[in-house]
Amino acid sequence: MKIIVCAKQVPNTNEVKIDPVKGTLIRDGVPSILNPDDANALEAALQLKERYPGTTVTVISMGPPQATYMLRECLAMGADEAVLLSSRAFGGADTCATSTTLAAGIRKLGKFDLILAGRQAIDGDTAQVGPQTAQRLGVPSVTYVQKIREIKKNSIVVERNLEDGYEVIEVKMPCVLTAIKELNEPRYMTIAQIEEAYKKEITIWNENDINLAPSDCGLNASPTQVFRSFTPPPKGKGEMLTGTVPEMAAALIQKLREKHAL
Amino acid sequence: MIFSEKHELVRKLARDFAEKELTKEVLDQIEETGEYPKELLAKMGKAGFFGIKTPVKYGGQGSDYLSYVIVLEELGRASAVTDIWVSAPNSLGGGPLMLAGTPEQLEKYLPPIARGEKIMAFGLTEPNAGSDAGGTTTTAVQDGDYWILNGRKTFITTAPVADWCIIYAKTDRTQKGSKGISAFIVDMKLPGVSCGKAEHKMGLIGCPTSDIILEDVRVHKDDMLGEEGKGFSNAMKTLDIGRIGVAAMAIGVAQGALDESVRYAKERKQFGKRLADFQEISFMIADMATKLQAAKELVYRAAQLKDANSPEAGPAASMAKYYATEICNEIAAKAVQIHGGYGYIREYKVERIYRDCRVFTIFEGTSQVQKMVIAGSLLK
Repeated sequence: MKIIVCAKQVPNTNEVKIDPVKGTLIRDGVPSILNPDDANALEAALQLKERYPGTTVTVISMGPPQATYMLRECLAMGADEAVLLSSRAFGGADTCATSTTLAAGIRKLGKFDLILAGRQAIDGDTAQVGPQTAQRLGVPSVTYVQKIREIKKNSIVVERNLEDGYEVIEVKMPCVLTAIKELNEPRYMTIAQIEEAYKKEITIWNENDINLAPSDCGLNASPTQVFRSFTPPPKGKGEMLTGTVPEMAAALIQKLREKHAL
Repeated sequence: MIFSEKHELVRKLARDFAEKELTKEVLDQIEETGEYPKELLAKMGKAGFFGIKTPVKYGGQGSDYLSYVIVLEELGRASAVTDIWVSAPNSLGGGPLMLAGTPEQLEKYLPPIARGEKIMAFGLTEPNAGSDAGGTTTTAVQDGDYWILNGRKTFITTAPVADWCIIYAKTDRTQKGSKGISAFIVDMKLPGVSCGKAEHKMGLIGCPTSDIILEDVRVHKDDMLGEEGKGFSNAMKTLDIGRIGVAAMAIGVAQGALDESVRYAKERKQFGKRLADFQEISFMIADMATKLQAAKELVYRAAQLKDANSPEAGPAASMAKYYATEICNEIAAKAVQIHGGYGYIREYKVERIYRDCRVFTIFEGTSQVQKMVIAGSLLK
């Protein structure tokens, strides 16, 4: 089986602070990490590799040159090879341009059986790139995968997480699955694999390598326009009700009525 | 020092591991029960922590001393006893083998040690041969294909749970001092091998230490490690390397004490101000951080010299161990002082740190022995 994992290097949002004056993220000095949901996608791929001998796992990412660090981390977890799509032409891409670029990179990689991606990246939270990439490649996709049940001859059976349960879906392969954190617990790297990761070459492709015109990638191919970004004002302090339970319940209903919430 | 990306990734691995696995609940439980969880050891083995420098062909990770130092530093920042479990197979267990083992011995013993499946202890110290390790009175007398060992080893880390132990014994009693000592790999299940009761230590709770008693133990000649009579040199070379490990633990543990102090100084208020706003406290923290950084540079340098096979590595390791373990104790004491009464209470991490690090200036060569080595390298 040939598995491709889409991964993204993101700022560690646990450590991101907001500039109180400009209202923007302070990215300086914030460490970059492998996007958490993507780590679950990679773990799923590595588990399949262990179960089905002969499986290869290729990680692909679009990002600046320093994203090779994140790709080395993927190699050190056990991926076989890594490809970085990197070029000035890719800069400023929205999800539409990103999925065009990723799909072009994946086409260049050749035939595949399965693409695994994280549900969404913690810096953009769009959850669009996985399904968009599937659409561009003309393959089906299942989002919010919480469990891979079994692989049949030409299909895969997965559980798709819903708000109040899950659905079991059998989908034809090749296909795209997007992973959520419930899918698994990503493994640690090993020191030997870190050593190996630095002996491997990471393939770097630009727009010419993947046959994309500059007009089809980056800012030029991004219909999304950021109109304004702002930090929502902090919520006011909550009001604590006192008294007996029936008194508090009555007071609560009264307040909700006043606010026309009931 | 500025690290390569590769070493940064090793640090990330160890830091992620420490943050996720070495939680307060787990560490409190170890402290309470004295037992180190087996699942945790298995996870460390999987990440490769037990054979960092061991060659890949012997089940190890094929990395270097700098990686070893970084792993000990990051794990030690959370838990000193975890460092004992990690350093034992890398240093005192695997070290003598890698220095002197035959291909057959390496094949047989190294892989299970590097994977954490078996435990190899290091039996050098005796009741009357501590710093003066050459004063070994344990004996080995040849009898055909076997050597018959008699004697007592003391303060042996992991002895009660070890599968094997490297025992240093006098094979030529006509030789004086450190001469005529040989090393043996002793199976702890052999008839005549027994352990004393586990010592009640001040700190490093969760890794047992005891005596090993040898009574007419028959060890096959194939299990002699290195050449006959070269045991003392093997032990000294092992300790040369081991020192870098203890120094690495010390900078990690000291970092843990500094982290706690910074956090507490920002939180705790007295006289209407944060502790951090008192110059006396802030200057203590400045001192701690500066000395810690100096110690780190010494430790990283010793590891790099060792990786480069430099002849300066020995004294550099002694300097690193001497300085890092002394300032670790100083930093731990200041951390307790900053915490005031709370620093004396078990619920606070600095109380454990204070007890754990006390032995750092003692084991694997006291500070005084390190000064002998350093002075000796200058004044020979």
